[in-house]
Amino acid sequence: MSATAATRPAAEHHPTSTSSRGTRVLGTLIAVGIPLLLLFAFALSPEDDSMQDAVRLLYIHVPVAIMAYVGFGLTALASAAYLWKRTRWWDTVAHASAEIGVIFCGLTLVTGSIWGRPTWNTWWEWGDVRLVTTLVLFLVFVGYLAFRRVPSDPEVRARRAAVLGIVGAINIPIVNRSVEWWENSTLHQQSSLTDGNLEDLTLFTWFLGTVVMGAVFLWLLIHRFRLAWLEDEIDRHGLASAIDERRAEARAGVEQAVGGQVQGAVEPRGGTQ
Amino acid sequence: MSHLGYLLAGWSIGLGTLALYGWSVLRRARNAARQVPPGRRRWMTADD
Amino acid sequence: MVRDSLTVAAKDLRVEWRSRILTNQVAPFTLLIVVLFGFALDADTSTLRDTAAGLYWVAVLLVAVLAVQRSAAIETADDAHQRMLLSGLEAPAIFLGKAGALFVQLLALEVLLGATVIVLFDVTVADAVLLVATAVVATAAIAAAGTIYGVLAVGLGVRETLLPILLLPVLAPVLISATRAFGDAFDRVDADGWAWLGLLGSLAIVYIVFGLLAYGVLLEES
Repeated sequence: MSATAATRPAAEHHPTSTSSRGTRVLGTLIAVGIPLLLLFAFALSPEDDSMQDAVRLLYIHVPVAIMAYVGFGLTALASAAYLWKRTRWWDTVAHASAEIGVIFCGLTLVTGSIWGRPTWNTWWEWGDVRLVTTLVLFLVFVGYLAFRRVPSDPEVRARRAAVLGIVGAINIPIVNRSVEWWENSTLHQQSSLTDGNLEDLTLFTWFLGTVVMGAVFLWLLIHRFRLAWLEDEIDRHGLASAIDERRAEARAGVEQAVGGQVQGAVEPRGGTQ
Repeated sequence: MSHLGYLLAGWSIGLGTLALYGWSVLRRARNAARQVPPGRRRWMTADD
Repeated sequence: MVRDSLTVAAKDLRVEWRSRILTNQVAPFTLLIVVLFGFALDADTSTLRDTAAGLYWVAVLLVAVLAVQRSAAIETADDAHQRMLLSGLEAPAIFLGKAGALFVQLLALEVLLGATVIVLFDVTVADAVLLVATAVVATAAIAAAGTIYGVLAVGLGVRETLLPILLLPVLAPVLISATRAFGDAFDRVDADGWAWLGLLGSLAIVYIVFGLLAYGVLLEES
């Protein structure tokens, strides 16, 4: 994925690419980081006493989950910044970040479910706080993206989307609290990172996974931001230039047709059309 | 290795989805960039 | 501001009363939902009794979507929003007024729905005070959130399909809390209904405060 960006020749030869030096560096990091992460996750890190090798799924599940929440948090921050500064830049950041957040959030749910099956013996557990919270959050931001896809005035959409993004993030603690009380139980390890019983290598693999996923997140964010910027450019100026082109074509066509007849006819037909 | 099926499924879905999404973003961006005049592509005119 | 919001609320309620859509269409719809739940969950009353609290609030949420759509539609027609702003009303007052009107309508529908559920599902009310307090506070939260989300889709032409997917996930905590509190009031679940009521109260406050702050941004014209 990212490797393609890293190995691609310099941007001068590809003026349509959204790559830049920054993304190529990130892409190289990712291209090195993912094999390294796989090596640590599957070969070097030890198996867990109770989870056995299923623990190796957590090296992708947990980093992806962290990035999902980072994405939604960034959406809320950028939304607030948009309402304050009212610049297109912040609106675009919010949009890009929300879409990537939804991707990561979906992966969190899927990888969590795949991990839950061998570990908790169930694909889904309604009694788990983080599971249900994440699902609700996923749906909230799927709605956010659906809203953004509705064609409308860019300024109006940006403003309303900003409000949506902020409400979505306000919901994180609320949903969490309500679900926590709801079942009052969780299957998740309580603060497994801090109880000090983890092997050094396990901890390091987790850390490596978070760094790699962070790089993936950033790489996607930059490219998605630039894509959104281009789409916005098309929205704002594309229509105008398309109309101009169409007009020019029509004018050329009429001139051609009229030009041919002016010679013979007294009155050009173009005027009566 | 225990749970190999689950492990392969989880990791391949995870990395595969990210790869597909990244590829689709790059592709969509290329198509979009062609419709934008070069002068308005911002970072693309930078000399990196 | 209070007088202004009362004016807006009275206006909305008057429009609603004259159109009779609430009484002729939405109210029968609520009854229909209850009957459908009865069919879906078998004639076994003990199942219905156990799930009555949840079914009640799911029905309320579905009805709320309709009511929010109605409330927003009033503003879409003839650009009523701009006229309201031109008339010098402050955005927070408009928000309170619209939320208030929605609150009154939803509460009326909930009374009807509650009576139906109690009769048809054979539910006994153990704690009437908790029941009423929960209904009032939860409805305030729904009305406030609904008013915020209702205006989001104004003028986009896709309100019917957009509103449910935006509003319903956000109301998930309200559904959880209100269902638990009702379950306690019906003496069906082992939960501290009053604690849940407290959570509902903070939800309502969050949505109302947020609406007061954000409604102006949503009404702004580009």
